[in-house]
Amino acid sequence: MKLQARDVVIHHRRQRLGDMLLAVDGATLDIAEGEFVAIVGPSGCGKTTFLNAVDGLLPLTSGSLSLDGRLIDRPGHDRALVFQQPSLLPWRTVLGNVLYGLEILGTPRAEARQRAQRFVDLVGLSGFEESYPLELSGGMQQRCNLARALAVDPEVLLLDEPFAALDAQTRETMQHELLRIWNETRKTAIFITHDIVEAVYLADRVIVFTARPGRVKEVLRVDIPRPRDLRVKWEPHFVEIQSRIWESIREEAARDPLAAIA
Amino acid sequence: MAERAERPPVARVSGEVSTTARAPQAPAVVTTPLPPQAWFQRNEQLLIGFVTVVAFVVVWQLVANARIWSKLFLPGPSDIVAAFGELVAEGELAQDLAVSGQEFVIGYTLAALIGIVLGLVLGWYRRARYALDPFITFFYATPRIVLLPLIIIWVGIGIESKIWIVFLGAFFAVLINTMAGVRSLDPSLLTLARSFGASQLEVFRTIALPGSVPFILTGLRLATGHALIGIVVGEIVGAPHGIGRMMWIAGQTFQSSRMFVGLFFLAITGVILTYALQKLERHFDAWRPQR
Repeated sequence: MKLQARDVVIHHRRQRLGDMLLAVDGATLDIAEGEFVAIVGPSGCGKTTFLNAVDGLLPLTSGSLSLDGRLIDRPGHDRALVFQQPSLLPWRTVLGNVLYGLEILGTPRAEARQRAQRFVDLVGLSGFEESYPLELSGGMQQRCNLARALAVDPEVLLLDEPFAALDAQTRETMQHELLRIWNETRKTAIFITHDIVEAVYLADRVIVFTARPGRVKEVLRVDIPRPRDLRVKWEPHFVEIQSRIWESIREEAARDPLAAIA
Repeated sequence: MAERAERPPVARVSGEVSTTARAPQAPAVVTTPLPPQAWFQRNEQLLIGFVTVVAFVVVWQLVANARIWSKLFLPGPSDIVAAFGELVAEGELAQDLAVSGQEFVIGYTLAALIGIVLGLVLGWYRRARYALDPFITFFYATPRIVLLPLIIIWVGIGIESKIWIVFLGAFFAVLINTMAGVRSLDPSLLTLARSFGASQLEVFRTIALPGSVPFILTGLRLATGHALIGIVVGEIVGAPHGIGRMMWIAGQTFQSSRMFVGLFFLAITGVILTYALQKLERHFDAWRPQR
């Protein structure tokens, strides 16, 4: 197993309220090398918290997270997070932003530039290397965000609802693009989303989290062959998987009146 | 936008990158260079400003020439130029300028350097801020000018007392703005840096420093005003030489034209510095969409 989560418990520190909120309560999960896994669940169920812990940004209360058998206790170059908000440095150009991780990594300048350029091309931003983030559309900013994560050549790619803020059309394009890029790199990927169609379209397996505190409720294998065209979303088998996940989440949402469906 | 209306004949197609990894369906980027702007379009801001200033001076001269008010009450531009000639001939102007200039440059530079460094440190380290916050609040809330008599007792009426008062005036503007800059950094960018495994020093260098530049420059701009006030008031209270002293004496002896000469030197210093800092701001703000 590439990534193992064993009874992961995470408390969320709420400084102002002076308490610790139980966000994830005993999540256990195995992810194989090169697998694309999507995590869905009612909003506020601790998906993002779990992903941040995998990135090493949050401490676990108990349980363990390990990558290739090594415990995760801090951020590392073997994982890269694609943020929900593009989080680009506004004073750096597209190329400068993609270079960021490589700079921290200490990659020699010339090599870093070459790598960065390759990933700028890969995400389809050629010709915009010298543009600043504020001059780009939301979809282009997310492409840059993705290129920045890919450029450091992580073993696991962590994606936190990266397309949530995009309009419906751009989101579909980006989903398709992501699969194309993933197909070339075949990185192990964990994709957080609240969009069931997106989860089924992208993933090999969809993991449904319970309402807060988050736990693995159900794991569904998506046995739809790759490469997947966007039209696959209309096929009966796709819709069947989708509706099963929908029911599963709805049960959870009903348990927690605060969490809306999906 | 008139310059967009006419389309240049050549369109340049770029983006034909030779890599298999390229997005297959992404269309090549088509760019067309904008036509070069005419000289007056590029310098529009300066030009319009220049015209209004010239118009103002002309009207001023005409009103002064009408002598509705006496020369003592409202000297015209020509009277001020004449007074400037007199001052140069008397030979003390150069020394006054040198002394005031020295006070300003030393006081302001020290304020900028110490203010930026301390502001960055205090913005970054919470506990250091807790330790010094009482002092900063105390001094910031006090009009620093009232410290002048004390400073004169401590260091005398020479140039040092003015350097101190310029420093105290400018320092807090730089310090407080720099601190605010560091503290208002986008937390998501700090998380990003942490996610990439950046060390404290790297986070500071790549996020905190560039992120607070706009605040630092605002602080420097505010500080010029405080520094100039420090010079004038400091020299009025007591100084052997300086522009502020010259203006004070001119005022006491009803030589309004001479006061205007001093006023212009102070104003021009302020304008040049503001302009230079604006240039710098624009250089660092290239990423902000043009308004």
